[in-house]
Amino acid sequence: MTSSSLRVKGLTKRYGDFVALAPTSLDVAKGEFLTLLGPSGSGKTTLLSLIAGLAHPDEGQILVDDSDVTRSPAYDRDIGVVFQNYALFPHMTVEDNIAFPLKMRKIADADARRRTAEALETVRLPYVAKRYPRELSGGQQQRIALARCIVYRPAIILMDEPLGALDKKLRDQMQLEIKRIHRELRTTIIYVTHDQEEAMTMSDRICLMNAGAIEQLGSPEDLYFRPQSVFVADFLGESNLLSATVRQVDAQGLDIVLADQTAPSRAVGNGARFTAGEPIKLMVRPQNLHVGDAASGKLTGRLVDVMISGSMTRLYIAPEKADMPHLVAAYPTRSSAAPYEIGQLVSLGWNSADAVAIRDGRGH
Amino acid sequence: MALAKAPAVESGQLRSVIRSRSRSQAWTWVAMGGPLVLLLVFFLVYPVGQLLVLSITNDSAFTLAPYRQLFASSVYVDVLLITLKISLVTTLVCIVTGYPIAYLISVVGKERKATLLFWVLLSFWTSFLVRAFAWIVLLGRNGVINKLLISLGIISSPASLLYNFGSVLVGMVNALLPLAVLTMLSVMENIDRNLPRAAATLGARPGMAFWKIYFPLSLPGVAAAGIMVFVTAIGFFIVPALLGGRRETMITQLIIDQVQQTLNWGFAGAISVLLLLVVLIVFAAYDRLLGLSTMTGASAPRTAATSRLSSPIQKAGDALLTLLGVISDRIILLSPSRRRDRNPDQAGLGLQAFVWTMLIIISAPTLLMIPLSFGTGGLNWPPQGFTLHWYETVLHSPVWTQAFLRSLLVGLGTGALAMLIGTPAAFLLVRSNIPAKAAWLAFILSPIVVPRMIIAVGLFYVFASMGLVGSAFGLILGHTVVAVPYVVMTMMAVLRNYDTRLDHAAQSLGARPFATLRHITFPILGAGMFSSFLFAFATSFDELTIALFATGGLNATLPKQFWDEVTLQVSPVIAAVSTCLFIFMGLLIFVAERLRRRAGAR
Repeated sequence: MTSSSLRVKGLTKRYGDFVALAPTSLDVAKGEFLTLLGPSGSGKTTLLSLIAGLAHPDEGQILVDDSDVTRSPAYDRDIGVVFQNYALFPHMTVEDNIAFPLKMRKIADADARRRTAEALETVRLPYVAKRYPRELSGGQQQRIALARCIVYRPAIILMDEPLGALDKKLRDQMQLEIKRIHRELRTTIIYVTHDQEEAMTMSDRICLMNAGAIEQLGSPEDLYFRPQSVFVADFLGESNLLSATVRQVDAQGLDIVLADQTAPSRAVGNGARFTAGEPIKLMVRPQNLHVGDAASGKLTGRLVDVMISGSMTRLYIAPEKADMPHLVAAYPTRSSAAPYEIGQLVSLGWNSADAVAIRDGRGH
Repeated sequence: MALAKAPAVESGQLRSVIRSRSRSQAWTWVAMGGPLVLLLVFFLVYPVGQLLVLSITNDSAFTLAPYRQLFASSVYVDVLLITLKISLVTTLVCIVTGYPIAYLISVVGKERKATLLFWVLLSFWTSFLVRAFAWIVLLGRNGVINKLLISLGIISSPASLLYNFGSVLVGMVNALLPLAVLTMLSVMENIDRNLPRAAATLGARPGMAFWKIYFPLSLPGVAAAGIMVFVTAIGFFIVPALLGGRRETMITQLIIDQVQQTLNWGFAGAISVLLLLVVLIVFAAYDRLLGLSTMTGASAPRTAATSRLSSPIQKAGDALLTLLGVISDRIILLSPSRRRDRNPDQAGLGLQAFVWTMLIIISAPTLLMIPLSFGTGGLNWPPQGFTLHWYETVLHSPVWTQAFLRSLLVGLGTGALAMLIGTPAAFLLVRSNIPAKAAWLAFILSPIVVPRMIIAVGLFYVFASMGLVGSAFGLILGHTVVAVPYVVMTMMAVLRNYDTRLDHAAQSLGARPFATLRHITFPILGAGMFSSFLFAFATSFDELTIALFATGGLNATLPKQFWDEVTLQVSPVIAAVSTCLFIFMGLLIFVAERLRRRAGAR
């Protein structure tokens, strides 16, 4: 199976005064599964359209295996796209839809038929070949769109929120399916989604975008454990963000002081260089925030709400100091756990290894 | 369900409850749909039936004499053939030139779309009479075209451009192109923009993506536009009468002659039957090939089992489309102006130039008449001097002012009556589970299918026996028959888009049915209702066929007065009237469009 690398250099797209994509550079390795993640309007679909050749950039370059395709039309790029609403041709049968890219490449009929059947096998829907798209369920249409894309073995596959219209169960199932196909074909996949959980479970690397630019690019672990900005910490998973100041930086970590406190505590860095006296945000994930009896931890607060969301129980806590935001603590739900009372005074603590320092301000 | 859960109710009682419920439902249906059915039975089915009966009776004895006369010489058959030829060529030209226009409108951004659509709509709503008259002026011996050709040195003396096949074709295309564009547009707007883009990513070049993906999906629109234009063209008489010579006589003109000059009802009836037969054959052929359901713009359900085209035809069609795709792509590759790095989001310059040329061609004649109406040099180009004389003549002439007031009265009456009768019927067709819906819809839409001339002659005969000829009331009834299908269609579309949960929400918040209607339903449906009222008004305001027989002298409507004048002589007074009509319609569209947008913005 062929597979190509992709390199994007300083790619820019403007619509009038609106900058849809600020100069963006990105390298995707051969066979990698990269996810473009971000809220709507963050530029991820624009980037995808530019790579596919469905829109033209104002500046920048797109290289596939080191050959420049910036000015090539979509039909010459050998980049497959799975569209958000599937874009199956309504006037063609499933079979004809899948055979379409093969016909466009003038592949002999017998060969085309065999490969169409194979693609239908791969997505596990061999029995719908003669049907029309409208006769299929949403999940089936999604699989056919996938089959139509993999049948001609494009070197790179782009997927634009392909699971957005499916319900949760089907989405989970299709995530596994796409991962399986990726493993089998070893094709480079660039996947767009706004669902952070989907991005975390599927990707080799995640490219988190915000306001038309890349906010952070790295492995799911990188983004989750070492967010480079408050935006990343906030977008990927839940997080508690506390204001603090750097006291001292050493090889193992940082000495910090929480706002309005005098007692120093320790934190780990996120890879950025910090200087003493710098204001920072301290990130503690809910599952790392320990709730105990009053006066045993670093902060105290009153319990505002308790929510059991299946496997996890969440505690919402208002810190005693009025100007701090509510904090969330989470722990695995247990039926035998002692019940909490709303309004109860609790203390909050964390291991310093789970407290990550992040530069204050919105990233850039 | 509530009834089924109540075992205490005796079975006899239960049955009577069900019966009384279904009886009250039946009464509701009758109350809502009855008026429309009665209107169509009395003023469509009965008059047309009368006409057909007249064609085979002579003093209540059976006769086929009119039909023998019809086929005795080749004269009438020739007219039929000419009619079919003109209609067919008109349809082809309208489709071929209208397709790019509709395509461009469907792909450009919002603002440019509004501009393009305005010019199409303006032409659509400008009276057929005004447009045909404008072409007389434009193509005349001293008209713009001749003057232009002479000044360019292409010809030395004025050519006779009028009263031939070409002038009729130009007039017909101008008259029917907007209809073709709007019909195709309604289908093209529903084609997913992602499909051609998907085809591109799958390796299809632009030509292939168009012919294999976009074109097949737009075919229902092409077919619908084709049949609408063809059937309208067959029943046309204004353009051939004003712009054609003897050799371009169309079949409806024969009917007018029979009624107005010889009052030969039997023969008029026989020609009508012939015309009706042709139209029905066209529809039957269309239904066999594509299914009439595609007419409403809804794409036919395509399943392997119900596909009407047998597979060899389908294969041949597919091969043809592939060939067209290959040829187009070769041409695109050959032409150096087509850069490979062209922005895929933008329509080609060639397409834009073509569309604007067509829009100028269909709008220019009417616009060029405006300066002529202020000139002292008659209708010769270029306009000379400046005078308001022609407008004063119109204003001081009781014939014209009467005609305007009468048209206004009849138009408002038609609008009101068509809304009153059509809206409940639309509710019934959308919201109720009335049986045989498709059949009812076909019946309600039949006034569009039956050529207008046949309805007009039939109504004239019936009105004559009832003493309604010349009365505004009779005319309102006649116009309502032809306007009500449009009202039902637009109201059905409006109602389908209306979210009934809003009514339920209002009721759950404590609004009684009437309050719900007043505060929620009508304010939201208001714009749609107003536009269907305007549609009915405009249909009546521009209606000539029924008014041709049913009015005359001081009770003539504006189109009838216009027609009487223009067939007598071509004068600057008519240019002044045309300009007034043009501006009146322009304002009407502008207001309607504004209202529509305001409703849309909410």
